[in-house]
Amino acid sequence: MEKRTDKNSYTILFAIGMVIVVGSLLAFAASGFKGRIDENKRIEKQLNILYAMGVNENEGNSMNFVSKDNVAEDFSKYITNQLVIQGDKVTEDINAYLIDIKKEQSSAKKESYQRRLPLLIGEREGKTFYIAPIRGKGLWDAIWAYVAMDENMVVQGAFFDHKGETAGLGSNINQRFFMDDFIGEHLLSDGAFKGIKVAKGNADPKNLDKTDNEVDAIAGATITGDGVSAMLKSELKLYLPYFKKLKVH
Amino acid sequence: MGLLSKKDATLIKDPLFDNNPITIQVLGICSALAITAELEASIVMAISVLFVLGLGNVVISLMRNIIPSKIRIIVQLVVVATLVIIVDLVLKAFAYELSKTLSVFVGLIITNCIIMGRFEAFALANGPWRSFLDGIGNSLGYGVILIIVGFFRELLGSGTLLGIQVLGDPIDKTGVYAYGYENNGFMLLAPMALIVVGIIIWVQRSKNRALIEDH
Repeated sequence: MEKRTDKNSYTILFAIGMVIVVGSLLAFAASGFKGRIDENKRIEKQLNILYAMGVNENEGNSMNFVSKDNVAEDFSKYITNQLVIQGDKVTEDINAYLIDIKKEQSSAKKESYQRRLPLLIGEREGKTFYIAPIRGKGLWDAIWAYVAMDENMVVQGAFFDHKGETAGLGSNINQRFFMDDFIGEHLLSDGAFKGIKVAKGNADPKNLDKTDNEVDAIAGATITGDGVSAMLKSELKLYLPYFKKLKVH
Repeated sequence: MGLLSKKDATLIKDPLFDNNPITIQVLGICSALAITAELEASIVMAISVLFVLGLGNVVISLMRNIIPSKIRIIVQLVVVATLVIIVDLVLKAFAYELSKTLSVFVGLIITNCIIMGRFEAFALANGPWRSFLDGIGNSLGYGVILIIVGFFRELLGSGTLLGIQVLGDPIDKTGVYAYGYENNGFMLLAPMALIVVGIIIWVQRSKNRALIEDH
């Protein structure tokens, strides 16, 4: 005899019921947690930006952000101004750091749209940092970074992160042994924009030469490294006109 | 073992050794080679699978009499995907740093064939308690192999364990590097995971010849 659960009508009803139950369960969970998750992401952005300009609690080889409890206070203390650059127009906006880079990149494909570039200005120990949030593609998914520069586009600090790079290989771009190599590297070469290449077979593994526009790559993470090079080149180049004007004034 | 009957205890013990999901059933190989370049990632993956498989087996087992047999695979996929997404959301809301470490593994857990395999082979035919034990046993068996592979790949490939340099500094040439030792970059690439798993299979079968199949 045919079992009850083998009937077509039962199967279809079960499938419909399952979709409704699972769908509403997930929608309920997602909307219930949305507020908390967004808040966590906002705090993470502030932590990453502060990290890039050297406001962190690194000790020896360990890597630590400032405490979450102080992040709002530190952010308003160290970040003195936030700019949005849109073509020749530069405006101040206290929420510039929340600009969705992914959205800006896809809107900029339309010719009529002039992309908004956020640039954060920080002050620490008498030094001025220009921090650009940028985004690019790794091997599997998005990679992004906060690059702190001085007025000559020399990197003063950088924070990289990724969505889903291979664990143990490409995922190491958010580790200090990779990020610290960028400190002091020049983005310009003889006044022209060159970017920084994540180079394999680098003759300079200790990264003593800061003007070669190269840092040492991670073994086994070629495509993620190429993604980092491409991101730095295409995204930071967009900031060049701003820095050129800065020199004139 | 006083806590478990003899029959129940084999549910845990069997997949650890003589019926190991990776080395004997050759399931879950994809994740075994994808994430074992570092020991830490192996441990995180082992714990995640332990959680999902233990819980998923119980859910499927409780539903085993109402699941229509024609769409049972789809139902299993939905159950595991829902569990994983809910866990991911909860972690993002309450333990954001941990969720960042785990996010890479979420997709890999959903497609892990050990999970589908245990749902199909065990949980659909057994009660919740026995299914739970079976889930724990199989994920432990999976985790043990992952951790062994991760240990050797990280040690020989990067000269570190859990990120700590145990063999000295390769750039400053201290420790064993002072004597001309070099890290083997090949260990970091996926093929070496298969070769390490192959060596484990070889050792295991030469210890227990009953495991060798006749051809």
